[in-house]
Amino acid sequence: MSQATVAIPIPAERHGWNRFTGFVADSLAMVGRNLITLRRVPQLLVFSTIQPVIFVLLFVYVFGGAVGDATGLPYIDFLVPGIFVQMSVFGAMGTAIGLATDVKSGLLERFHALPMARSAVLAGRTAADIVRNVFVIMLVSAVSFVIGFRIHTDVLGYLGGIALVLLFGYALSWVFAGVGLAVKDPETAQAAAFPIMAPLVFASTVFVPADLMASWLQPFAEHQPVSVVASAARALMLGTPNEGYILQALLWIVGIIAVSAPIAVRRYRSAV
Amino acid sequence: MSNANDPAIAVRGLQKRFGDLEALAGIDFEVASATVFGLLGPNGAGKTTAVRILTTIIEPDRGTAEVLGFDVVRDAERVRLRIGLAGQAATVDPNLTGRENLRLVGRLAQRPRAWVDLRAAELLELFELSPAADRPIRTYSGGMRRRLDVAAALVGRPPVLFLDEPTTGLDLPSRNALWATIRELVAEGTTVLLTTQYLEEADRLAGRIAVVDLGRVIAEGTPAELKAQLGSTVIEFAMASDTDAERAVGLLSDAQAEREGSRIRVPSMEGPRSLMEMLRTLDADGLYPSSLTVREPSLDDVFLRLTGHHAEPVAEPQPEQPVPVGGAA
Repeated sequence: MSQATVAIPIPAERHGWNRFTGFVADSLAMVGRNLITLRRVPQLLVFSTIQPVIFVLLFVYVFGGAVGDATGLPYIDFLVPGIFVQMSVFGAMGTAIGLATDVKSGLLERFHALPMARSAVLAGRTAADIVRNVFVIMLVSAVSFVIGFRIHTDVLGYLGGIALVLLFGYALSWVFAGVGLAVKDPETAQAAAFPIMAPLVFASTVFVPADLMASWLQPFAEHQPVSVVASAARALMLGTPNEGYILQALLWIVGIIAVSAPIAVRRYRSAV
Repeated sequence: MSNANDPAIAVRGLQKRFGDLEALAGIDFEVASATVFGLLGPNGAGKTTAVRILTTIIEPDRGTAEVLGFDVVRDAERVRLRIGLAGQAATVDPNLTGRENLRLVGRLAQRPRAWVDLRAAELLELFELSPAADRPIRTYSGGMRRRLDVAAALVGRPPVLFLDEPTTGLDLPSRNALWATIRELVAEGTTVLLTTQYLEEADRLAGRIAVVDLGRVIAEGTPAELKAQLGSTVIEFAMASDTDAERAVGLLSDAQAEREGSRIRVPSMEGPRSLMEMLRTLDADGLYPSSLTVREPSLDDVFLRLTGHHAEPVAEPQPEQPVPVGGAA
């Protein structure tokens, strides 16, 4: 046998320094792994881009005429910030499916037996999902500009809106991480995520303003987090009245992470 | 910390229950440093549960386990720094290449990056995976995938290695190569805990064997000790009827013959000679076996001898019925 590499002393503790640098190094290794998957399985990226593009086209050309007047804006301008939010919600489903796949394949067994930071698998997965969302948002932005979307504020406002949507997607990733680890099967994860997601996306102000909905639905549709983030993104990109939406959106993001991250970490520990 | 004479692995009274299933009913064993210890048993005996506890993946309900003197629950992280695992359960990422998988595991094992790169290349060479090193694992054959699993266990050069049925799904040359690698690792001081369903594998590799059944250790010893109980050869023959078989067992009363229906097994230390004697005895009484095999003892023989039941749960014997011809009833 040609084991040429010299034996190295076993590290006495994880990463000589301290637990934080160890956590960062392990998380980066996991981000790297997840991004390689994204590159090797381009279907994942292609389909997560095609879906929002189809939504933009359908909604603009099918419903745009009917809904447009009620928004006080060209419908496409109203729609695009909402589509970004909807994408971040659908993208978070990918977190659930990815983690469920890792449980089912036995990869988490391997990770549990390695001296790595326990939270790095989740931190790496959710961080990689942000990178994916950035990519999808860039592609959908390009398409929407081509078919007539215009920023009403300035580039900074637009980028601020995108940053807010990405943060919201990150927060949701932690919710869906818990779902994926709980169900432990990719198909089930998809089925379990949909009923959580569909009412939040469709009973929201993503596609139409709340005034057009059944009156009993309006209070929910106006104040649930997806709508709040959509309204905040519109305030930033289109200069629509803010009315505290941006602050509310940030509070939702912080609140969702504060509640769902510890749940997801506990689920991770007992997932194998 | 441990010193040289302490066991590398010490397991005391380990119990684990999954709902109604008692996976481990209290097992004890010790593995001396730089030896191979075999956990031998059928599916569902509790071997994998023991490995998962020892590799800190799950915690035991009761009992303790130490690896190199570190408790697998209280000192899990120090244990993880010192072990490698190739398991039925633990796998690699199908979308990463062989090389990327080994690098990832090496980095997460907290070994220096440059060293890990060299080590990965070396292991790919050793397991004859170099030509496929930069292809995603999902393009690998089953055997290549098993070899990469084992390579992943070796990346950090861990002093203690857990191999959970490592040769399942490997062809003969790959199996022999893996056995040779394991022997060399042990010669260099690595301690190996191996689970297997094959008596032959445990016999060839392990210095000591614990036979596990229904979550308990039912026998422990060197392969030679176990075989002494068992005979080095098993003579198995069938008679025309149960009555003939019963008569034959009566005639062979010296030989520890065991009857099951019309089949008889006789463990023996000197196969050919016992066989000749047996046949002479039967012939003198006008009994002729309808079939006859002479073979090495299998896990199933160990089980039958130690527990009185087969290694695999056997279906209830069906009463002989004429097979309908042509499907018409």
